[in-house]
Amino acid sequence: MSNPVTITAPEALPFIEIVREFDAPVSAVYRAHVDPELVKQWLGPHGYEMRIDRYDVRTGGGYRYVHTNDGEEYAFNGVFHVARTDELIIQTFEYEGSPGVVSIETATFVDLGDGRTRLEGHSTFPSVQTRDLIIEQGMEVGVVEGFERLDALVVAD
Amino acid sequence: MDDTELDRAFLALADPVRRGIVARLSRGPAPVGELAEPYAISLQAVSRHVRILQQAGLVTRSRDAQRRPVHLDPDALQHLTAWIDRYRLDHERAFRRLDGVLDDTIAKEERP
Repeated sequence: MSNPVTITAPEALPFIEIVREFDAPVSAVYRAHVDPELVKQWLGPHGYEMRIDRYDVRTGGGYRYVHTNDGEEYAFNGVFHVARTDELIIQTFEYEGSPGVVSIETATFVDLGDGRTRLEGHSTFPSVQTRDLIIEQGMEVGVVEGFERLDALVVAD
Repeated sequence: MDDTELDRAFLALADPVRRGIVARLSRGPAPVGELAEPYAISLQAVSRHVRILQQAGLVTRSRDAQRRPVHLDPDALQHLTAWIDRYRLDHERAFRRLDGVLDDTIAKEERP
């Protein structure tokens, strides 16, 4: 049984909020966001390999990584504005395919006790339009994937 | 939602303009004029797209005489959410992988 993820995108504000609980202590959840060997095991879309050029989570540090899939490469980079162990990471996020469009991401790690943690993510985009574009692009791909799954079902019949 | 309705909904969503309209309506109701803004097509063409979405049971139009805003039908869309909401799906999958990473690290710590 998986914990539910709550995603909120308020109508008139350029935010996305993502909240998820984990059955693991806050130190482990934080470490999975900091140790590049762990990060590349989970971050990014399904089916993509993640190559990390740099992942230096500390106040004033920075990162760059590349998601690859079938020879396509998507690179992302940013800086860590602040990193407070087991509490907080604030970083910038830029897709190198859209240079200069930078969002600010805050990850808050909340110790719920009993070895449980709530991760609260908050992204601020340059505009509501940018935010919507990102969600709608995801939706486009999702519809195509849905059709592919339908196709597979039809073929199976 | 039975298979026929699901087919109709997916056919309705096979068009990029109609997907754009649904995406816009997911943030709140809007009159046809506003839905037409991002597209270089006539108001009539947009009305036709809305009618197809309506017949697929994805949107409804209220009786508000002047504006007659178009509403997304949340029940109908809920059935499609698992198919279309890739953004959510990407995060679900990433977080499930993170669950796995956390299980591994906790298991390693517990070993002597």
